Amino acid sequence: MKTLHEAGPIPTSAPSDAPVIGPPAIHTQGLGKTFTLHLQGSTRIPVLRDVELAVAPGECVALSGPSGAGKSTLMRCLYGNYAAGEGRILLRHRGQEIDLVTADPRLVREIRRETLGYVSQFLRVIPRVPTLDIVAEPLRARGMPAEEARARAAALLARLNLPASLHSLPPATFSGGEQQRVNLARGFAPHYPVLLLDEPTASLDAANRDVVVALIAEAKAKGAAIIGIFHDAEVRDRVADRLFHVSPMQAAA
Amino acid sequence: MAMQTSHTPAHPHPAGGSAVTPPPVGEGRGGGVAATDAPLLEAQGLTLRYGPITALDDVGIEIFPGEVVAIVGESGSGKSTLLRVLSGLQRPEAGTVTYRAPDGGAADIHRMGEAAMRRLHRTDWGFVHQNPRDGLRMGVSAGGNIGERLMATGARHYGSIRDAATEWLRRVEIDPARIDMLPRQFSGGMQQRLQIARTLVTHPRLVFMDEPTGGLDVSVQARLLDLIRELVADLGLAVLLVTHDIAAARLLAHRLLVMRHGSVVEQGLTDRVLDDPQHEYTQLLVASVLAA
Repeated sequence: MKTLHEAGPIPTSAPSDAPVIGPPAIHTQGLGKTFTLHLQGSTRIPVLRDVELAVAPGECVALSGPSGAGKSTLMRCLYGNYAAGEGRILLRHRGQEIDLVTADPRLVREIRRETLGYVSQFLRVIPRVPTLDIVAEPLRARGMPAEEARARAAALLARLNLPASLHSLPPATFSGGEQQRVNLARGFAPHYPVLLLDEPTASLDAANRDVVVALIAEAKAKGAAIIGIFHDAEVRDRVADRLFHVSPMQAAA
Repeated sequence: MAMQTSHTPAHPHPAGGSAVTPPPVGEGRGGGVAATDAPLLEAQGLTLRYGPITALDDVGIEIFPGEVVAIVGESGSGKSTLLRVLSGLQRPEAGTVTYRAPDGGAADIHRMGEAAMRRLHRTDWGFVHQNPRDGLRMGVSAGGNIGERLMATGARHYGSIRDAATEWLRRVEIDPARIDMLPRQFSGGMQQRLQIARTLVTHPRLVFMDEPTGGLDVSVQARLLDLIRELVADLGLAVLLVTHDIAAARLLAHRLLVMRHGSVVEQGLTDRVLDDPQHEYTQLLVASVLAA
């Protein structure tokens, strides 16, 4: 039996400049996910059941739980990358509440363009596309003129200590840490109202971790609802307002 | 002087829309298409048999402005037949294919006359064949191949046609100095890029592509895919792409349909279908791809 419960708030008082906590920017109702492996005798692997997660604008919630508990699966469901088998994922988009689980693929694309950002652990490199354009792309998709988008991208990359000499190169040959910073710049550039962060600091040094902590704080101050997986406990304590516990389910044959 | 074509290219702005959807924020790369506009192409109940073999079994599909849709599946799944039926090259036994013109008028393409169909293929539509020889005129120069399609849409001024051909050779990364060479003097990859230039020069709204990287070396495929990706985004084209190459589909397509034995067994957002395949056949297809 799988239970998911919200752990109590991290024992720190909310900062005085915290934005007003309103209705949730994203919340789930009875969210469940079971994988059916047709190629392995239709084995069913239940991973999530009855997830009830709500995150308000300006709030950062850290998913906690052991490896394999389903934290990344939950994140991927929240992005629409995995199909949720049960329940609803309700998201505030263009002033309307939309269920991501049943939304048409074209609406999901629109939501991802305007409302919902996701920074995965690994950058999916597109051959030949320069770093600056990879970061500027989501801004241009929202209609920002190319020059302005590139300027914002360059500023963010510089802040993440990625030297300007690398901006014109495709990131295929970059180190893991450099690629992650490209990914972070791409995720933070558009100021999404809901932002999902899957181990955003995993391969970063202390200085760049501090930059990411600052970016998260700024996004919260702008009213972003943030859901993150942070294995780095220090980072987690600095950015998270509370924890949401995800506990492993027993695999059923 | 710019080349004149008879219709508005790139970024068709969706008209109307319901109260749910305010106007799109922008129309840059990736398209700013509202979620409630009308499909450009819409097919229902398409059925076609070759003797005992069912090539299409009650297939339906919709393609919206600016949307890139890939149909994947193995040889014999019916995906190329579907492309031929959707583009009017082959008639189904049952079912309809409706195309919505820029003025909003809808037409059943299998009921329109041959002249109207030819006009559609010359203006609003483009077709990129797997084999460039099927889409190019091999006895005509590279510049002539591009210019010919422009002339078919009414361009007459020689100088501006040649300028447009030069510009398009550059866009598909062929040295404009080779404008007077014949396609057969080009490599396979260059021929394919030339076919793409010939197809896109008239700014079609909807482009059909049948295994556009099929016969090419892997290194050449990557470059071509990236070129297609860029052009499609810049021009805001709607594309219907048939491929057995999952990586190509992931790179290019917003939405994916998986076909098997003439039926669509699964469809959805590209990354959802590939990362969390639901149908047994899709799981097999994804599991069969070698990770690089």
